[in-house]
Amino acid sequence: MLKTFSLGGVHPAENKFSAGQKIEVLPVPEQVSVPIAQHIGAPSEPIVKKGDEVKVGQLIAKSTGFVSANIHSPVSGKVFKVDNILDASGYKRQAIIIKTEGDEWDESIDRSEELVKEITATPEEIIKKVGEAGIVGLGGATFPAHVKLSVPPGKTCEVLILNGVECEPYLTADHQLMMEKGDEIMVGTQILMKALKVDKAIIGIENNKPDAIKHMTDLALKYEGISIQALKVQYPQGGEKQLINACISRQIPSGKLPIEVGAVVQNVGTTLAVYEAVQKNKPLFERIVTVTGKSVAKPSNFMARVGTPLNQLIEAAGGLPQDTGKVIGGGPMMGKALSSTDVPITKGSSGILIMPQEIAKRGKMEACIRCSKCVSVCPMGLSPYLLMTVSDKAIWDRAEEEKIMDCIECGSCSFTCPANRPLLDYIRLGKGNVGRIMRSRTK
Amino acid sequence: MNVVLITIISLGVLGALAAIILYFVAQKFKVFEDPRIDQVEEALPAANCGGCGFPGCRAFAEAMVKSDDISDLNCPVGGAETMSAAAAILGKEVSAADPMVAVVRCNGTCENRPRITEYDGATSCTIASSLYGGDTGCSNGCLGLGECVDACDFNAMYMDEETGLPVIIEDNCVSCGACVDACPKNIIELRKKGPKSRRIFVSCVNTDKGAPAKKACSAACIACKKCQKICPFDAITVENNLAYIDYNKCKLCRKCVAECPTNAIHMVNFPPPKPKVEKKVEESAE
Amino acid sequence: MNRLTVSPSPHVHSGDSVKKNMYGVIIALVPALAASLYYFGLGAAIVTITAVLSCVFFEWAIQKFLLQNESTIMDGSAALTGLLLAFNMPTNLPIWIIIIGSLVAIGIGKMSFGGLGNNPFNPALVGRVFLLISFPVQMTLWPKPIESQAHYLDAETGATPLSIMKEGLANGETVSSLMNHAEMPSISEMFFGLSGGSAGEIAAAALLIGLLFMLIRKIITWHIPVAVIGSIAVFTGILHLASPETYAGPLFHLLTGGVMLGAIFMATDYVSSPMANKGMIIYGIGIGVITVVIRVFGAYPEGVSFAILIMNGFVPLIDKYVKPKRFGEVVKPAKA
Repeated sequence: MLKTFSLGGVHPAENKFSAGQKIEVLPVPEQVSVPIAQHIGAPSEPIVKKGDEVKVGQLIAKSTGFVSANIHSPVSGKVFKVDNILDASGYKRQAIIIKTEGDEWDESIDRSEELVKEITATPEEIIKKVGEAGIVGLGGATFPAHVKLSVPPGKTCEVLILNGVECEPYLTADHQLMMEKGDEIMVGTQILMKALKVDKAIIGIENNKPDAIKHMTDLALKYEGISIQALKVQYPQGGEKQLINACISRQIPSGKLPIEVGAVVQNVGTTLAVYEAVQKNKPLFERIVTVTGKSVAKPSNFMARVGTPLNQLIEAAGGLPQDTGKVIGGGPMMGKALSSTDVPITKGSSGILIMPQEIAKRGKMEACIRCSKCVSVCPMGLSPYLLMTVSDKAIWDRAEEEKIMDCIECGSCSFTCPANRPLLDYIRLGKGNVGRIMRSRTK
Repeated sequence: MNVVLITIISLGVLGALAAIILYFVAQKFKVFEDPRIDQVEEALPAANCGGCGFPGCRAFAEAMVKSDDISDLNCPVGGAETMSAAAAILGKEVSAADPMVAVVRCNGTCENRPRITEYDGATSCTIASSLYGGDTGCSNGCLGLGECVDACDFNAMYMDEETGLPVIIEDNCVSCGACVDACPKNIIELRKKGPKSRRIFVSCVNTDKGAPAKKACSAACIACKKCQKICPFDAITVENNLAYIDYNKCKLCRKCVAECPTNAIHMVNFPPPKPKVEKKVEESAE
Repeated sequence: MNRLTVSPSPHVHSGDSVKKNMYGVIIALVPALAASLYYFGLGAAIVTITAVLSCVFFEWAIQKFLLQNESTIMDGSAALTGLLLAFNMPTNLPIWIIIIGSLVAIGIGKMSFGGLGNNPFNPALVGRVFLLISFPVQMTLWPKPIESQAHYLDAETGATPLSIMKEGLANGETVSSLMNHAEMPSISEMFFGLSGGSAGEIAAAALLIGLLFMLIRKIITWHIPVAVIGSIAVFTGILHLASPETYAGPLFHLLTGGVMLGAIFMATDYVSSPMANKGMIIYGIGIGVITVVIRVFGAYPEGVSFAILIMNGFVPLIDKYVKPKRFGEVVKPAKA
């Protein structure tokens, strides 16, 4: 019996149209718009201004706190302006706009393709380098990696878990990375193990990627301490709480972080970025983005520079289909519907999903029939029907009692509800209000 | 007969006993409350809307009786009449506060402000605004989902189907502020009702620069500052690409209304301008 | 190109709908319907058609004229209520009584609370219990299976296993002699439906097929049926072991009366049952215990309908205090 997490979960149709498509490096865009808020935490502060010349990999915005990240230029050229542009958030936010000239990289970056296996950096140096390189969680959460690697005093890390699950339907970026850059990911894992001072790492991969499981298992034989765990396909296995539960059978208590049960989770894409930062001095400024959808002419996995306009990727995949109804940044369960294709790629853009009109609209909302299906699929064991009602009626103390803050916003409840109730919409509203109330208490 | 008599006597005695016991218990456990609180509560409109800032009319009455200085307290629903009646009970005087009214500061109708995307989420302005800036090119404007209308307890608002904007029925509006709090985009404001219910305000809250603002909505404020320059009373400030009229300084001269190139400044309850009389140019004799 | 649609995540849906679930339950009832048509023929057909049509009609009429809101008759819940109501009646029930039952079931049991999703009690059971109390004679005349196939109002009636057992025990007879009574069906006859009773409760085999169908289609989970059947089996098993001649055995109790129909189709009604698995088990055990108490110690021969309605009343309390198992409550230290 394959392992999986113990509570709830759903199995949406996988639709991995772009599986097996080799990573295609996109040509450098003519202009990039690099938002300064691409990560969880405080937005970065731009350190360049209009007219400045920059090189690829040069620092253009610096971290403004512990939970913040550096941002590096993805192209070489001249800074056109620092202005507010529409980005994936749906609002206009500050970005650094650079007009490309050539493709000159910063001299410190090692551009060679050879695998560098030996890890010479000390744990402290690794964490410092990861922070300097502006690495954030590439699974989509964009949490600054150096913060995760800094184990708080009093807690110990027992195991590193890598997320190669890619539980969202349609997306195949991580799958392709494991097939094409497996060795680099392995060395990256060892680097992370050194930084966390653990000797054990588990890479979780879902069973719908048998070639990746085989490939990584074969590779793992050559690397000390790393094992592969094949997992039963179930959404949201990629959520760190569920992944830890599936791999080592431990459940993180409410309100606590993974380190509480001795684990740290990193995405395989992030691990690759760590390898490149520590062994090749390359900061984070490009990533794999899957472009997919039923009507897309050429579903692909592109290597794109941060700041590239979405349009360019869509064109390279065969252009925006005629029957397009929705453009989603990310996967269909947790991705964000975009209001325009003019927005730029950011560090957190794992994929672009183009949905045809027939499936772009929600069904008509009906009254709750108390079927309790939402309760049975919630991976956190909450009662979504109740959380929606209390959020709608603004009963915030009851919402807090019912543990609304434990919700990981996976969307399984809204996915399942036979009455098409917008459960997650109201739960998010409730979380926002309860979070605000809780924060004002501690002030 | 006897049975009836016995019944009447026994029940009568029981009733009297109960009444006596209740009387003494009520006296023993009586809570002393200033009788004026009840009197002031009588004078209040009993709407329990929270517009005064207190949870219900009784709480407001308590606050009035217990405070030394009642100049900060105001019941917007009852207005000056109620306040002076309530104050009289306490032997105090209050200055009449200017009547206020809610104003919707957006004129992004379906005609002025074309929709560029289609919103398909839950019917709640707060949920929509946390998702994105709205289904038009203006991310500050009204989302048209009616959370303000739902919040109004006084039947003073309704959604205009054609324009997609909320409408305030000024005769019913008691300026309780519920709609102001409900709007996630801070579009609704409480402003002075004005003499003869006349008022002037900038019907826009867009903070984009002129060009993108105008592209998104033909009735937007483009921050050209013409209004600021022409106002003889210094009532207009332009900040963050948006003009704002201070209702305390505005003297309703209407010069700014005529100046505004996008008709973003609205005047309410004024008589229509007199038609221009065309003077026939007399042909010169020669 | 058309405007892009923007909505919060998730952007896909499982495709499940209220209609699918309601019609799924109706399909699960088809074997029981076939059994009832086979054993009771004309009577079953008339009762079923009347109940279904009148329930749908009343829901449509109430929504159109009284409540003036959108019609929901197409979602299948009114038809399902009608079908279940029919299955709870004897097949020689006059049409006018059936119609009154439908009016009570839909009007009082469902619409007066606000329509689907708001009723605390199972509407079909509300209708059935109302009829049982208002027309006790007509509601307790049971047509004989097979013999009444071509008859409706004039069907020849006989006793049900439960009534034979109840009256016999009251007269001082023993369980084993009653089990061999001339009119008592054998265990296998009870399993396949050759016994007196209401239209849908007789054929345990058919009802179990329906249960399997619903479990596979994930319309219901196993908790409530297993809890009801399990608690009845255990309770009556203990009683029978203690005194085999005064209390009938578990198999008898499970296959007679409305236990199977109640456990599989009535207690599992979405709206009136608890939301958490633990709550469902407590609910099921409550139903089982109350059923046996009424059957063995109470005045009525059958207690399932009352037991379910009583437990329906407890559901809000159960939902308040019995919460689903939450993630992070149990921290199992495991080998990493």
